[in-house]
Amino acid sequence: MTADAPIAAARGLCSCHVCQLVSRRTRGTGKAHCPRCGARLHFRKPGSVQRCWALVIASYILYIPANVLVMMETGSLITYRKDTIVSGVVHLWKTGSWMIAVIVFIASVAIPLLKLFSLTLLLISVQRRSTWNPRQRTRLYRLVEAVGRWSMLDIYVVTLLAALVQLGTMATVKAGPAAVAFGAVVVLTMFATMEFDPRLIWDPLQKEEFHD
Amino acid sequence: MADRSAQLIACHECDLLQRDIQLNPGCYASCPRCGAVLYRNATDSADRTLAYTLAAAMVFIGANVFPIFSIEVQGDRSAITLFEAVLSLWDQEMRSISLLVFLTAMLAPALELVSITYLLLPLKLGKVPPSYPLFMRILQFIEPWGMVEVLMLGVLVSLVKLTNNFRVIPGMALWSFAVLTLLLAAAAASFNARDIWAQLDARWKEQVPR
Repeated sequence: MTADAPIAAARGLCSCHVCQLVSRRTRGTGKAHCPRCGARLHFRKPGSVQRCWALVIASYILYIPANVLVMMETGSLITYRKDTIVSGVVHLWKTGSWMIAVIVFIASVAIPLLKLFSLTLLLISVQRRSTWNPRQRTRLYRLVEAVGRWSMLDIYVVTLLAALVQLGTMATVKAGPAAVAFGAVVVLTMFATMEFDPRLIWDPLQKEEFHD
Repeated sequence: MADRSAQLIACHECDLLQRDIQLNPGCYASCPRCGAVLYRNATDSADRTLAYTLAAAMVFIGANVFPIFSIEVQGDRSAITLFEAVLSLWDQEMRSISLLVFLTAMLAPALELVSITYLLLPLKLGKVPPSYPLFMRILQFIEPWGMVEVLMLGVLVSLVKLTNNFRVIPGMALWSFAVLTLLLAAAAASFNARDIWAQLDARWKEQVPR
């Protein structure tokens, strides 16, 4: 596709983010609403890059306590251990649960990092108005959108174990402070992914700039 | 002009303007520029979505009423349902985690099931549900936050972790969650928002002649 591909925003047409209805909107005029569902119309998600950056930076910061602090405390009559996310994975691997170790590693370590690095890459490339391989970058965005939710895995595991294993001195499992930080990372990166507007990847192919 | 722009589609991922075409059942249209899926024509979309949703709603109740699993140590037995797990975390001063689990594993899927039923059941009976745009918006907003399939994987991982130290007895809810995951996936695959908007609008126009 060449630079003169028909772009909705360039022709004053705007697709509703709720119902996808395409309607005409004069640029520069005030608030406009979708004639079908009443949602506010925007050519592009407003403040997309700034909001996405804010959420990504907050996630980077929270990612540190999520990995340094204790995720889960396990105690029984003979043993007592405090596990961070990574040491939990290592422990699973050493005790022979390789499959589970791999699954937890992917969900708790690989996916959050993939999300953060991918969003950073997308944000920088959009800000530099890069025209490099937009199709691949859109694919990357789609991947981030699809796999993001799976990081919640560890939160569910900790919840179930901490609730179930409450047998006094026999055995107890407690959720650690890292669970809170990690939960926040998951939620913030999901919001960041929603705020990012993939259409911005394609806009540098046009001469005009579109806002709001 | 309204008719003309109704046939237009702007790709939600690259804003390429295109005209829609009639699709054969089971096919989908993708954007020629970025490859995004624009819309699908799932077979019997509305009927199947409604059927899967009603089935899922029943299984959902089972998944929340029965215990997921129980453990046994020297005669001591401990069992939990999902909501008990949420409450237990709340009592352990892990309120944000408790709230997050409640929202993503219970409230969001419940809202999703209720909204789909609220929209599609009257439509099936030839009526238009009042303020349907609001419910379509709720549905679109809530969709990324329902994480039953992730919870299912979490349940399995916990199960394996527990079997290292305890005798674990799987509960009814474990099977319910497995079935629920499949039903929700089936409902999501047959759901076609574009088609449902069109049907709702058509009915609305019939009811309110201008």
